[in-house]
Amino acid sequence: MSTIIFSILVLVLTATLAAIILYFVAQKFKVIEDPRIDSLTDMLPGANCGGCGYAGCRSLAENIVKNNSLEGMRCPVGGNQVMEDIAKFMGLEPEESAPQIAVIRCNGGAINTTSKIKYEGVQDCLYAHLNMASEGGCPNACLGLGSCVAVCAFDAIKIDPETKLPVVDEEKCVACGACVKVCPRNVIELRNKGIKNRRVFVSCVNTEKGGVAKKNCSVSCIGCGKCVKECPFDAITLNNNLAYIDYKKCKLCRKCVEVCPTGSIHEINFPPRKEKASVEA
Amino acid sequence: MKTFRRGGAHPEENKLTNDCSIEVFPLPKQGIVFVSQHLGAPATLVVQKGDRLKTGQLIAKAEQFICANTHSPYTGTVSKIDFATDFTGYKKQAVYIDVEEDEWEEGIDTSKEIISDIKLDSKEIIEKIKEMGIVGLGGAAFPTHIKYMVPPGKKAEYLIINAAECEPYLTSDYRLMTELADEALIGIEIMKRALGVEKALVGIEENKPSAISRMRELAKGFVGIEIVPLKTKYPQGAEKQLIYALTKREVPSGKLPIEVGCVVNNIGTAQAIYKAVQKNKPLIENILTLTGKNLKQGKNLLVRIGTPMQSIIDAFGGLPHDTGKVISGGPMMGKAISDLSAPTVKTTSAILFMSDKESSRKEETNCLRCGKCITVCPMGLEPIRIAQLAENRLWEDAEKAFAMDCIECGTCLYTCPAGRPLLDMLRLSKTNIAELRRQRAQK
Repeated sequence: MSTIIFSILVLVLTATLAAIILYFVAQKFKVIEDPRIDSLTDMLPGANCGGCGYAGCRSLAENIVKNNSLEGMRCPVGGNQVMEDIAKFMGLEPEESAPQIAVIRCNGGAINTTSKIKYEGVQDCLYAHLNMASEGGCPNACLGLGSCVAVCAFDAIKIDPETKLPVVDEEKCVACGACVKVCPRNVIELRNKGIKNRRVFVSCVNTEKGGVAKKNCSVSCIGCGKCVKECPFDAITLNNNLAYIDYKKCKLCRKCVEVCPTGSIHEINFPPRKEKASVEA
Repeated sequence: MKTFRRGGAHPEENKLTNDCSIEVFPLPKQGIVFVSQHLGAPATLVVQKGDRLKTGQLIAKAEQFICANTHSPYTGTVSKIDFATDFTGYKKQAVYIDVEEDEWEEGIDTSKEIISDIKLDSKEIIEKIKEMGIVGLGGAAFPTHIKYMVPPGKKAEYLIINAAECEPYLTSDYRLMTELADEALIGIEIMKRALGVEKALVGIEENKPSAISRMRELAKGFVGIEIVPLKTKYPQGAEKQLIYALTKREVPSGKLPIEVGCVVNNIGTAQAIYKAVQKNKPLIENILTLTGKNLKQGKNLLVRIGTPMQSIIDAFGGLPHDTGKVISGGPMMGKAISDLSAPTVKTTSAILFMSDKESSRKEETNCLRCGKCITVCPMGLEPIRIAQLAENRLWEDAEKAFAMDCIECGTCLYTCPAGRPLLDMLRLSKTNIAELRRQRAQK
């Protein structure tokens, strides 16, 4: 009997002592964390994609609270809605920016180019690019091996089995920019989503001379400059035999699409043209 | 028999063109000469469109430290200066020359006479090597004169000549040693003088007995040139492996051979140096092997640099049937040519035709954990581990696993029973680690 009482006493005494020590230690080494970090983390989407440039959602929240500003910090996944909420919570001005989407700027693929070599090495764009394994001969073309598919955390990119080109799912893409970073040929670009999801862009990144580019790919930009002359808003520039449409200046008038001789300027989500159809008929 | 310490493999030798003597390939109609054909900083172009060039005239001048001159291999007019695709698919600046009958630049001795008397001293020889645009013909195209400028505090003890020719199929060095051994040996003597060393060791694989006996016979006339037969094992001709086989010295990780008192050059470079120093002839031609199992008659050709590969192939009956890949260089380290109109460069040692079956990869399956890649790696690395790190894009960890020590010999890939892309992943990590180091250096 005395053994039981003795052991209970020892345990109670040890527990009390430990509790007292722990209390003082906890007081001494207390980490004061801003409770706003937790609330901000809850507001963010929690995808941890790294699209904001920080290691994850919590890291972004920490940085917002630490700097107490929203400058340069933006969650592309959450978009304006989330940023507004965060700004309201923090008492800051939200930075408005148009929603963006990843755009594939290559239309070569299996249909518009003729295969010149057979690549059977590692199925990884990074390695294929290292070996300049361009099946169609274009040194800037999409390699179609799907490094962007592998890196996408939102399942928004798929390789079309027919064209061997990546296709972006407009519903799922959150413009985190992971694919842009991974693409060794800089084929993917983040562009403004545009009014009613309408976009006009040059679907080519080839900087070779017109003749060479055209020989390899029937839909390449040949740098003729017709679109530059046609554009009423000075949105198009021609550098290294390649036209580029500035999405900030573009007013989606589609005049450049009509004049492009190779059809390398794409229009997306526009209603079909009426006048042109009647002229052809 | 001397050999390197660990690893290595013995692929089928396939030296099909051993008995074909060197033939001079006729001049092409149009020559495409790359402005920079070496490792290091690009050379500066000194000719313009419309210029008339003589054979041996300077096209591009080396203005930076690690850089080499380029000379015109042809007489003719520069029709254009444009970007051309090289055999790997990269676009590089090139000079297009409409070729006419040869008219040599003044001072170049084109006679066949052997000049064995060396008049120049060490400094003049190095200057001459630099002027004539000599690069290492073993494959890396490293400007040769840099190797001979021994950094202060270091001392060269041995000149090591790589005549192992461990790559299967290749026979150009072998033919050089049987037909032009005297030139090569005088070249070695010149290199010895440039370095100021007493001893030169020439390593030749034992599968070339006639080259060994011919070189030994002629080497009797020289002091301090030793011909050493080596075991036939790939990669016997790799720089660090060759140094170990010949001197039992090991080059530390990330260091150059001069650290252990050695300077390594290829036998082809020795002959090029002979021509440069004794005959004033720049590096404008090289010996290449045209070979393949399906090719009717293989050849060893003396080809001017800048000859389109297509014209060489056409001259000997076009592509053999069932060609899966055309490779520039040997089957182990060579690169598949993506565009046959690409011209030859200073280091093109072979054009190899491989049949579809011969060239296609093994089907890729899961790693068996057999450890063969680790056993055969001549550098003592763990290829499978580095490959796994590379697949997960962990470049920093790959660096810690000594990925940069990989010599890209391909023995691991050749041996792997599961067909894992080991070499590919090692190359990928090397490129990315180099990029990381560049970023670090900028910071």
